[in-house]
Amino acid sequence: MRSCLFKVLCMGPIPTHFSFIMDGNRRYAKKMDMGEGAGHRAGFFALVSVLKYCYEVGVKYISVYAFSIDNFKRRPEEVKTIMDLILEKTEGLLEEGSIADQYGVRVYFVGNLKLLSEQVRIAAEKVMEATAHNTRCVLLICIAYTSCDEIVNSVRECCKDKMEVVNEHSAIQLVDIEKHMYMGVAPDPDILLRSSGEKRLSNYQLWQTTHCTLYSPTALWPEISLLHVVWGILKFQRSYAYFEKKKKKML
Amino acid sequence: MDRKQKVRGFSCSIHQIGNLGLRLLWSMVHLLISIGYFVAAAAKAVESRIISSGLLTRYKELNISKLKYLAVVIESDDAVQTSKIVQLLRWLEAMGVKRMCLYDAQGVLKKSKDSIVKMLDNAVLLEELGEKDLMEKPKCMALEFASVSDGKEGVVKAANLLFAEYKELGNRDEQFFTEAKIGEALRAVGCKGPEPDLLLVYAPVRCHLGFPAWRTRYTEIVHMGSLKSMSLGSLTKAIYKFTRVRQNYGK
Repeated sequence: MRSCLFKVLCMGPIPTHFSFIMDGNRRYAKKMDMGEGAGHRAGFFALVSVLKYCYEVGVKYISVYAFSIDNFKRRPEEVKTIMDLILEKTEGLLEEGSIADQYGVRVYFVGNLKLLSEQVRIAAEKVMEATAHNTRCVLLICIAYTSCDEIVNSVRECCKDKMEVVNEHSAIQLVDIEKHMYMGVAPDPDILLRSSGEKRLSNYQLWQTTHCTLYSPTALWPEISLLHVVWGILKFQRSYAYFEKKKKKML
Repeated sequence: MDRKQKVRGFSCSIHQIGNLGLRLLWSMVHLLISIGYFVAAAAKAVESRIISSGLLTRYKELNISKLKYLAVVIESDDAVQTSKIVQLLRWLEAMGVKRMCLYDAQGVLKKSKDSIVKMLDNAVLLEELGEKDLMEKPKCMALEFASVSDGKEGVVKAANLLFAEYKELGNRDEQFFTEAKIGEALRAVGCKGPEPDLLLVYAPVRCHLGFPAWRTRYTEIVHMGSLKSMSLGSLTKAIYKFTRVRQNYGK
């Protein structure tokens, strides 16, 4: 049934890059009367399903907002629970038969990784190294990330680059800034889905979403299903001609 | 050989018929979606009329004080419709909106800013207000006009300004680059506006069309449809819904 549905969808353009803000895990836990952290675990299962649907339909790049720099302001116990879950699932990606293995996914951890604990950072670096040879699909996990921090980092790296070159008099260009963006390893997203109906981007991919369809279904992240992914792709297909015209105008 | 060619030709035809069938199904799905959107638009138009008539009491008292700064994004092709833009601004002024930004990617609105301000009874350009006026309670509507040159290009200019300072100080300190420093540099190059609380998008698709990334961290982004379908009722509803939003800013 799903493969028939995907065959029909593939008659139109498929987004190259689908981005997700996984909002609503805590509200889900409250709604289902679950314990602390259980909402995030349920959210993880939803993430795995969404990744499978996207890779099966032919989306090459997927990015997810796993943890914002602003999220460090949460209660220390909650931050620890989330970090423990991230560590557990990151180490899981190294195992045989993991989703990275199954779908040939190259994994990037994108953000200010120096803000993470050594354990999580080392696990992330191991996964990036272990999956570096995968070429079928790409997963960008935005962790300790905000757009503003990304811009600051990019400007810093541009200035450091210019300082290294003796007698360098040329100005910093837009292409230099974009080269140093954390998200520079992927093309700009074509569609961004934020679950739980919230209409803001919360400091996520603000730079990259100039020509990106924004979609906010009211379902909480653990409730996100195949239908939401399909509806997102259909929305993308409806706006495809409009954005192609815009991109051509810019060139 | 002849038989093999016949079989190959036959399976090719089946494949083509199959593809044709799938394409037909895909077109039918999109036709149904378009019909759905048409019906929804008609329902919205009726609702908008009812809201404008004042029959619904909840929309009568808008808590406009929560909306400190509003931004309106307009599709550049529609930005030439100055009379529609002025009508929109008059509605917003009547609701009590005092500080706002009008944005279109190509800067069409910037070119006609003087004529737009002249057509309004009691409006000024935000750039003409001094620091003292900005701190005081606003007496009239102050308008900012922005385009893509205030977004990514603004960050490039700010980066070059910071590089000149960094180079002059011979500073190798990475702590030199902070969000506050970038913010200061953006203001120095003319990208001064504050972060809007609400961004209304008048375009065929819900996206921010390159509104300055630095200023939309926690901005609510609401799609209003194309400018030709603008109505007082839908504007009232969008602002009312904004006043009911609760943000936790990542916490």
